[in-house]
Amino acid sequence: MTTVRAASHVVPVTLIGGARRRRAVDLAELWTFRELLYFLVWRDAKVRYRQTVLGAAWALVQPAMTMVVFDVFFGRLARMPSDGVSYRLFALTALVPWTYFATAAAAGAQSLVGQQHLIARVYFPRLLMPVAAVVTPLIDFAIAFVFLLVMIAAGGITLGYGLLTLPLYTALAALTALTASVWTAALNVEYRDVRFVLPFAIQFWMFATPVAYPASLVPDSWRPLYGLNPMATVVEGFRAALLGTPGPSGMVLPSVVVLLVMLALGLRYFRRVEGTFADVI
Amino acid sequence: MSAVAVRASGLSKQYRIGARHDRHTHLRDRMAAAVTDAVRTMIGRRTAAAEASTIWALRDVSFDVAPGEVIGIVGGNGAGKSTLLKILSRITDPTGGSAEIRGRVGSLLEVGTGFHPELTGRENLYLNGAILGMRRAEIARKFDEIVAFAGVEAFIDTPVKHYSSGMYVRLAFAVAAHMEPEILVVDEVLAVGDVHFQKKCLGKMDDVSRQGRTILFVSHNLDAVRRLCTRGLLIEHGALAADGPIGDVVARYRTAEATGEGLGRFSPVARRGTGWARIDDMRLVTAGGVRTGTCAADQDLVFDIDVATRQGDGARLRGLVVELVISSEEGHPLLSVMNVDDGGAQLPDVAACTVRLRLPAPTFVPGRYRVRAFLGVPHLQHVDEIDDAFEFEVMPPLHPWRPYELSAQRGRTCRRGEWSCAPGIVAVAQGTGT
Repeated sequence: MTTVRAASHVVPVTLIGGARRRRAVDLAELWTFRELLYFLVWRDAKVRYRQTVLGAAWALVQPAMTMVVFDVFFGRLARMPSDGVSYRLFALTALVPWTYFATAAAAGAQSLVGQQHLIARVYFPRLLMPVAAVVTPLIDFAIAFVFLLVMIAAGGITLGYGLLTLPLYTALAALTALTASVWTAALNVEYRDVRFVLPFAIQFWMFATPVAYPASLVPDSWRPLYGLNPMATVVEGFRAALLGTPGPSGMVLPSVVVLLVMLALGLRYFRRVEGTFADVI
Repeated sequence: MSAVAVRASGLSKQYRIGARHDRHTHLRDRMAAAVTDAVRTMIGRRTAAAEASTIWALRDVSFDVAPGEVIGIVGGNGAGKSTLLKILSRITDPTGGSAEIRGRVGSLLEVGTGFHPELTGRENLYLNGAILGMRRAEIARKFDEIVAFAGVEAFIDTPVKHYSSGMYVRLAFAVAAHMEPEILVVDEVLAVGDVHFQKKCLGKMDDVSRQGRTILFVSHNLDAVRRLCTRGLLIEHGALAADGPIGDVVARYRTAEATGEGLGRFSPVARRGTGWARIDDMRLVTAGGVRTGTCAADQDLVFDIDVATRQGDGARLRGLVVELVISSEEGHPLLSVMNVDDGGAQLPDVAACTVRLRLPAPTFVPGRYRVRAFLGVPHLQHVDEIDDAFEFEVMPPLHPWRPYELSAQRGRTCRRGEWSCAPGIVAVAQGTGT
């Protein structure tokens, strides 16, 4: 039996120290651990819904309540322009992807620190942790998205072919959350300041994103610069796809470029420090 | 080349002291340190300070392991055995050197890793298997076997938070033991569970080695090491001190230990805390006041602990608590004593002093014991805390204590009871039941 084993499958060779560090992200290794990613997401989802009273309803509470608050203060009292659609739908369409991003980025930052026991005791590609943290909230996002569709239908808006662009904007939101998480998760291991900075940073980011106001308030010549915030593109993209507003023209390219650069740098940093996470965590 | 399962070349690991346990590294501290370092570099006084704050847990360790070899790794506490296993199982990267590993590595460094209390045994089994690198199909195929091995069939759909600690450990070990890696790395997992289960684990390891797989085994249980392994590696102070047939290596380790190499030596390797005061030395002393590593069971255990403040600004020891936690060789805590216990002695209002603790005989049955030392204010301030600060051996009593053998199987501690016998049966007054 032993000989059959030896003959029938290729024995993987692992290199430790020296040359290993110089390699970029090991996609082949991530692929072999894909089932662990599945189980991590499955665990987080299961534990989350098992321990909460409202369960899946929580996915709706946050965007729905925020929508009501925004509607009262920005929509009715401040009379914020909303690109010609009802302010309530205008806000909700932005809040659904934004809530996903905020949840994913917060979970991502804690993804390594919250798993100290695993990291100190067993090897797996550390990158799986921020990836899982960003994937799990997609479940809540899906629930909230269905709610959004119902609200839009109730509001009498008919959906067009723009809907087909939504997967791209969703992917952009996930990629933004992943980029932020790769940085914050790794920094958080050594500098626990991250935990204190993050809520503030996410709040700040929300005001820099056209969630409560339309991007059309920003002068046209500034739009490429505004696109450096990928979430601005995501939010405007969602509105264009679902509500037929002007959309994020001129913002997509800067968003994609800034994301790819930041993600590449983030992965490089992550790669450089992941080998000693177990020592400092 | 292909006849090697593990090839380690010059593996070294350097730790920054305190880095492992300091959970509160802040950018502020890092910036301050960076400035200090820069200044030191400029005035050319850098190296001494930099060297002082790091330790080499492992230094230039090289060896080859052939497929199918069962290797026992022995050495004193803090010698670097666990660091070596952590590097080989890729949990942490070496500071220097490299290693090449042919085959899937399964590590049993600490069982139950990744168990989530809210999930059921079944769910945890799949999750844990995935963490250990098993495929879902593989886990499904072995599911019944694993559950049977752990003996938790009746509770497999119960959340593990309701499990007893024994069931928890059994399930965790069972998952890990069934992963069939080419190379199995085992660290002290046999210290957990009851005797029956330990036997089962040893049996499982026997099976694994008979299937021609490679095992790297770290344990304080030298008998188990001798029985299972063919070759031994002795690690001392982070360096490979011996490599050869297991019998020779264990014998050499025993000699080194007996000549005082480990016993009775103060070893502040695993140390954490703010460090404004330190335990500078700790020793077991004989009636004549001489440092020793052994003590007869019927002689008082006398410990001297030197404590001193580190800052010259008039800091005082007063108010700090000194605690010793004495554990069995396997690491189970047996006894905690504090200087603030009833009848203890407060630390005086000075910058340095030697604290003496006398435990009147008898306290422990013959065997080895480990001491963790603590200086600080419990729950508030950890000033200096040293795991495995000290190891000592209790020898058989000088005067027969009991007409039978004193065995750790009947309990580690030993007390003088007050016995008396009244002829006839004494009538007992009925109490209220409370």
